[in-house]
Amino acid sequence: MHILSVLLLALGAVATLSLALQASDGVMSFHAGLMGLFFIAGIALLHRRRRNWAGGEGYEDGIIRAGAIASTFWGVVGFLVGLVIALQLAFPVLNFDLPWTNFGRLRPLHTSAVVFAFGGNVLMMTSFHVVQRTCQARLAGGWAPWFVFWGYQLFIVMAATGYVLGVTQSKEYAEPEWYVDLWLTLVWVVYLLVFLGTLWKRREPHIYVANWFYLAFIVTVAMLHIINNLAVPVSWTGTRSYVVWAGVQDALTQWWYGHNAVGFFLTAGFLAIMYYYVPKRAERPIYSYRLSIVHFWSLIFLYIWAGPHHLHYTALPEWSQTLGMTFSIMLWMPSWGGMVNGLMTLSGAWDKLRTDPVLRMMVVSLAFYGMSTFEGPLMAIKEVNALSHYTDWTIGHVHSGALGWVAFVSFGALYHIVPIMWGRQRLYSMVLVNVHFWIATLGIVLYITAMWVSGILQGLMWRAYDHLGFLEYSFVETVAAMHPFYVIRALGGLLFVIGSLIMAYNLWRTMRGDLRIEAAPAGTTASTVAVGAAS
Amino acid sequence: MTFQDVSAFARTYGLIYLCLLFVGMLVFALWPGNKKRFDEASKIPLRED
Repeated sequence: MHILSVLLLALGAVATLSLALQASDGVMSFHAGLMGLFFIAGIALLHRRRRNWAGGEGYEDGIIRAGAIASTFWGVVGFLVGLVIALQLAFPVLNFDLPWTNFGRLRPLHTSAVVFAFGGNVLMMTSFHVVQRTCQARLAGGWAPWFVFWGYQLFIVMAATGYVLGVTQSKEYAEPEWYVDLWLTLVWVVYLLVFLGTLWKRREPHIYVANWFYLAFIVTVAMLHIINNLAVPVSWTGTRSYVVWAGVQDALTQWWYGHNAVGFFLTAGFLAIMYYYVPKRAERPIYSYRLSIVHFWSLIFLYIWAGPHHLHYTALPEWSQTLGMTFSIMLWMPSWGGMVNGLMTLSGAWDKLRTDPVLRMMVVSLAFYGMSTFEGPLMAIKEVNALSHYTDWTIGHVHSGALGWVAFVSFGALYHIVPIMWGRQRLYSMVLVNVHFWIATLGIVLYITAMWVSGILQGLMWRAYDHLGFLEYSFVETVAAMHPFYVIRALGGLLFVIGSLIMAYNLWRTMRGDLRIEAAPAGTTASTVAVGAAS
Repeated sequence: MTFQDVSAFARTYGLIYLCLLFVGMLVFALWPGNKKRFDEASKIPLRED
């Protein structure tokens, strides 16, 4: 088995390195070279760790530690790039008139970094943690989980460097070109097999509901990724390809993919985090296990149809727009059912919100989940969409979900996992968690309120007519009107970045085994923060 | 098999199939006899670190 693995990796190294030498463009040559180095490093790593991977005992926790570091790192990077592009929108001079730093290239860098690099690493890390603990089984597949981890980081690096160097297939949230897509497909299939293998080995007969959500996330993302990215490369040695879909079919496939990336990557996966870490942190079982089953199946049944709401008033047939709108509205029920299930888990333990800032972060994430899943269906209604679409309202909506729900529940999981995985008694500082919580919450509030005002203003200006029936405002006037809100948004982003840096520092000190002496229990008011800081 | 055939199938049998599946899930989740199993299952996360 060991020989076979080395042979496979060596074959990969030879193939990619020879591609690097014969590639028809520079980026392909660079990326093939990176893949070659990946395979060579893989052989070295495999050789060094062979005993460990052949017959490891207990749980595989090394990969969770690696995942915690990677998630924190990519989180900070992704938020920082977000701040840069927010500043570029407020102050266009920051584009620097260079191809590599212009908004068009940095924007996918930001979205991919936060969604796939940060979110993806959090999902992999927590899924590997949850599936082992709830199945009472070690991760299946020997070195396969490590291939998933490092293979995924390689995907991120190839995607990110590709964007900056101008390689894109111009599909939103699916910008990487065909060869990077193929690589991700391979990594993702191995991820699915590792997850299924661990479920297969389980000693606990019942498959806990969080694993259902993870499995739905992995399977659906595989399906979405493959169908949306079907493309024909111009040559096997070049980066350029053409997607097989065209016209309105392409648009529908794109938003079937795009909306379900939200539904299954950013929702189902993070709901799995909720179903494990909220009960864990509250030290109480989930409010209703029955509701969790109904929640799961209704979410799965409904989400997949909601995509067409991204294409209201386009060439898409009217009936499919109505279908998308109707299913989006029906999604209110499972979304709120899930939120209620998470929140009510705290019933009888609400006092923990006062003493545990980590739990508070998770609960606020659920509140944001409820808020953004209320706002989403509202915006999917055609008449509302007529005002909101193509405006900053959409950006605000996405960020109340992404910062408030996805990032906050991820921070909660990271704060929970790190002390356990490094065998520490507690986090380095609960006061810093509290500070992170308030700074980041303030940042989110600034961000989304600025975008609401700016979005509605923008929408109203676009549709304003004078008494002769001419448009009241030119486009550039609406752009100028956005300026103050873009500055406020950038300020909100800055606060969010500062919060993430505080978290990175706190987690790093926790990993090192440091403990900050603080007045217990960790405070919620400014006066306790001051006491903590003084001691 | 044309688009019309697929569409007709999806609108009739497909609809019935998915609705029955959904009703089946509801019955499974709300069946009184399953309550004990679900209560046990909800304690799984609290067992290990």
